[in-house]
Amino acid sequence: MARIDVSIEHKHAPPEPPAKKHPNTCPGCGSHYRDDELEAALRVCRQCGYHFPVKARERIGQLVDPMSFEEQAEDLRSADPLEFFDLRAYKERLAEAELATGLGDAMVIGSATIETQPCELAVMDFSFMGGSMGSVTGEKFARACEHAAEAGVPLVSVSASGGARMQEGILALMQLPKTVVAVEELHEARCALISVLAHPTTGGLLASFASLGDVLLAEPGALMSFAGPRVVAQTTREKLPDDFGLAESNLRFGHVDAIVPRPELRMTLARLLRLFGSD
Amino acid sequence: MPRDAEIRLRDRLSRLGGLDLLRGARLSGELERLQRQLDRIEAEPTDEEIWRSVELARHQDRPYTLDYVNRIFEDFFELHGDRGRGDDAALVTGLGQLEGRTVAIVGHQKGRDLKERTTRNFGMAYPEGYRKAVRVMELADRHGFPLVSLVDTPGAYPGVAAEQHGQGGAIARCQAAMARLGVPTVACIIGEGGSGGAVAIALADRVLMQENAIYSVISPEGCAAILWRDAGEARKAAAAFKPDAAHCLELGVIDGIVPEPEGGAQGNHDEAARLLAAALADSLEELEDVPRRELRAARREKFRSMGVLA
Repeated sequence: MARIDVSIEHKHAPPEPPAKKHPNTCPGCGSHYRDDELEAALRVCRQCGYHFPVKARERIGQLVDPMSFEEQAEDLRSADPLEFFDLRAYKERLAEAELATGLGDAMVIGSATIETQPCELAVMDFSFMGGSMGSVTGEKFARACEHAAEAGVPLVSVSASGGARMQEGILALMQLPKTVVAVEELHEARCALISVLAHPTTGGLLASFASLGDVLLAEPGALMSFAGPRVVAQTTREKLPDDFGLAESNLRFGHVDAIVPRPELRMTLARLLRLFGSD
Repeated sequence: MPRDAEIRLRDRLSRLGGLDLLRGARLSGELERLQRQLDRIEAEPTDEEIWRSVELARHQDRPYTLDYVNRIFEDFFELHGDRGRGDDAALVTGLGQLEGRTVAIVGHQKGRDLKERTTRNFGMAYPEGYRKAVRVMELADRHGFPLVSLVDTPGAYPGVAAEQHGQGGAIARCQAAMARLGVPTVACIIGEGGSGGAVAIALADRVLMQENAIYSVISPEGCAAILWRDAGEARKAAAAFKPDAAHCLELGVIDGIVPEPEGGAQGNHDEAARLLAAALADSLEELEDVPRRELRAARREKFRSMGVLA
């Protein structure tokens, strides 16, 4: 018997996803920038003040005195103890992330000066596997704490991370207590932790060192929540406030000390370093 | 399995055989069954066995914190409230006696029936719960009471109010409080050790896991939803991130496995409690005479070295 197929799928097909915006197009107001313009503006939209993401090395360049940064532990690389394989092998994802970012993992650490004030830096890079924290990131942060304690200088951390790295399973979760004890030792050496929260700082990061700073600074519009908005909406079916988990709401609820626009960050850190450093 | 990991596992197993499990054996006289468990731990668990652990860890008849507390500790007195905002029923705290010594207890509490599950929020604590735990930890430190922590949560509660009350910071500060304690601390994962909400109260000198408990960075469903883009692939996710006790021991995340009655703790609460009590008492005995500073230094050193680098 002859069959007549009526093709009606197109009527119900989901709408075309919006064309992916260029990374230099502002999601806030649609302004578009050349790469050098954006870099010169510290990746802040001149029209609406939207803060674009900043990679670790560029961030360090924005903050420290020229030529003062000396990187440490740059050769650390993740192992794959679980031989983790989801849709792709973890090893493959790692290799790809390193090629794409030029980084060994999601954190860069080293010593530097900011307006001549010596400090240690631990800066995360969201472009390396979503800034997820595995054994290497945990180890680098712990070493940064130790270097800071040894040198008797404050540690400035800049976090940008979705949380623990699932591909390292329970060992990724163990980076929470690992970084927490590192901060405890740092504090016992009477050194300060100044924690800068960039977009996003969620999950395991907020549940470990990022929350333990003596001073917490957030970038405008940064999401800082333990559970992301999608998880909260799906799990609880609550209606989320428009500013759910954003830096501005966290300031109101008392979870950060200040929201610092990026052009003022270097100056603000220098002030704090002077306040903590004047024994 | 890499060679050095195998050596480490054997090393841990011999230590385990000498300490935690034999203590249970001395009390129960069931050496044979324990030997079988040792053999099982030694053999790499299959994907099926891992999933069975996930199911048993979440079994609706599995003993919860208060089931153990009432069987293990004499004269348990529950402490309520975080002294700031509220009392979180998903995380219980109190004082009790173990072998004639006062200990402080913190633990997640799930509910048995629908009504209690709602009250207990399925064992998912708010920041208030973690702040209550910190309060009781500090109390223990002040008075020299050892701390026993029982972990059984799908995770810290992911809700709007929980975020507004500072969930992430509360979990971080709870771990920091444990890192500061100068008293012996023993944690045992007795069911689900779900992510940050679990490790918040598990930064202990000795971290034990019951045979069929799980300890993981994310739930199998959550991991599957993100990496497989399908929560239905939870089995595959569990097999990939290996949340079972044997793997946690192998990775150096826990210090010992506490045996359960044949077939799982849900079948015999009394026996499960007896085995857990023996393991807790044994761990506390080991730590009893260690000076405060050494205890804290060793605890920090243990967590400082967690992780595997290339």
